[in-house]
Amino acid sequence: MNIKLCTETFNLNNPASMETYISLGGYEAWKKIVERKSSKLEIINKIKESGLRGKGGAGFLTGLKWSFIPQQAKQKYLVCNSDESEPGTCKDRDILRYNPHAIIEGMLIASYAIGASVAYNYLRGEFLDEQWKVFNNALEEAYKNNFIGKNILSTNISIEIYSLIGAGAYIVGEETAMLESIEGKRGMPRIKPPFPAIKGLFGKPTIINNTETLASIPKIMLNNEGWYKDIGIGNSEGIKIFSMSGHINKPNNYEIPLGTPFSNLLKLSGGVLNGNKLKAVIPGGSSVPVIKGEDMMMTTMDYPSIAKAGSMLGSGGVIIMDETTCMVSVLHRISRFYYSESCGQCTPCREGTGWLHKILSNILNGKGTLNNLDQLNKIANQIEGHCICALGDAAAMPVRSFLKHFWHEFEYYVEKKESMVS
Amino acid sequence: MNQKYVINDEIINQIDRVKRKFPEMESKSSIIESLLIIQHHNQGFVTKEIIQALAKYLGIKEIDVFEVATFYTMINIKPVGRNVIAVCNNISCMLRGSDNILNYIEKKLNIKVGESTPDKKFYLKDEIECLAACNGGPMMQVNHKNYENLTLNKVDKILEGIK
Repeated sequence: MNIKLCTETFNLNNPASMETYISLGGYEAWKKIVERKSSKLEIINKIKESGLRGKGGAGFLTGLKWSFIPQQAKQKYLVCNSDESEPGTCKDRDILRYNPHAIIEGMLIASYAIGASVAYNYLRGEFLDEQWKVFNNALEEAYKNNFIGKNILSTNISIEIYSLIGAGAYIVGEETAMLESIEGKRGMPRIKPPFPAIKGLFGKPTIINNTETLASIPKIMLNNEGWYKDIGIGNSEGIKIFSMSGHINKPNNYEIPLGTPFSNLLKLSGGVLNGNKLKAVIPGGSSVPVIKGEDMMMTTMDYPSIAKAGSMLGSGGVIIMDETTCMVSVLHRISRFYYSESCGQCTPCREGTGWLHKILSNILNGKGTLNNLDQLNKIANQIEGHCICALGDAAAMPVRSFLKHFWHEFEYYVEKKESMVS
Repeated sequence: MNQKYVINDEIINQIDRVKRKFPEMESKSSIIESLLIIQHHNQGFVTKEIIQALAKYLGIKEIDVFEVATFYTMINIKPVGRNVIAVCNNISCMLRGSDNILNYIEKKLNIKVGESTPDKKFYLKDEIECLAACNGGPMMQVNHKNYENLTLNKVDKILEGIK
């Protein structure tokens, strides 16, 4: 069984063309829905039953999210989150440039199901060259073929899809910050509730889904009930792209059934670089806790197994670190990221991420003290759970996990003023 | 620099296309893309005069545009070199040697991150974080175009090929 959803076109000629997409059954699901005027509730239920979870990081059940939308509301919006910026994650950029029609068809089906007549795809600003152009071309093609627009395929269904471009801000990947950004403001997350499904873009009910999530929808709709669920191995449901990066021989995006042993994924991506020993893995983007290599080897790539190992599946950005990695340097780099990307709205995050970075810089420059290590933990605890959005938590979790698993390395660095590994 | 900035017709056309994506009352929504368009036609940066002109054209307050221009890192509010180099040195790229690449470029161009060369040919952009090409690390963007799996040799060739 070698099922692919979002990556199906990746290795074909002209992967982004409508012709290629249609040759693989593309737009069949959408045509059926439009021709039969399928029940919205049935679509939502099918997605709910499939077990599809948001593939951007939070892993929330997609169908359940859709069901929160008040169907009677007149104006509703769908937003596709293509603001891929989580360090270690580079899957959406490939879907955007190699399989854009799957995103468009997924957006159409989702818009129909929630009753939105307008949908936006928000791409990060740095995708301005390749992804922005490819996606806009695909959009134009789909408009020409009347899959989008007014009176779709000669019915009375009308849905508009627009592409939007960001201008550099990690925080805009947070769904309410994205709404602020689309409204033309600074990307500062909103307090929830109200949730976007009730009060979202321009004050109207809005569903925000990740690119990979939406690109998964057409195939789920096209196949029988239970099909998506059954792709997963063991108790896991479905399939996910893992971006393999860092010390790995064949860094790439691998779309594999959830529940696949991590050891298989490691083998698939060519094993650890230079045959070195695996030291540590960040399994779901830089925001999730680090796991020791030997513990990671015991996991399977699914939500419960990674949670049991003390981390999260997150975005599926798997960062591999071999025995030559200095964990102090890595954590220092992670702390710089959150310090630089904090929007500055909540004091614990704005100040705390700065303190974390300053202390780690001191340690790296040989000016650290053992007291600093306790301070790092303390500050992390004071940030986590005390802010409007999850960026603060994302800054805190790596700190605590790095200290927990590699305390001796930090201690060594403070005492000897040099790295334990170099 | 104190001359009044006039948005030309070509840019007005492009901004009007952006406006059509949003409900009529939502004038602010067009700010980000409009700033990127104007910046592209203004040697890669925006000025106070541009911000004023755009605010006037969109019928919003100057501060609304200024807020956006200063929040998003891709909008430059000071003059920069013609070619923008952005080197990713977040974790995945760092593990594959991006610090060497960045140091090499700094030495080669004799500027630090955040600076432009005196001839205004290159701008080594600051505030660069993960550029979502983790499996191509080390990588950089030159004028938004990705160059991946960099070596010092490759960097030489890329930079020498730029006018």
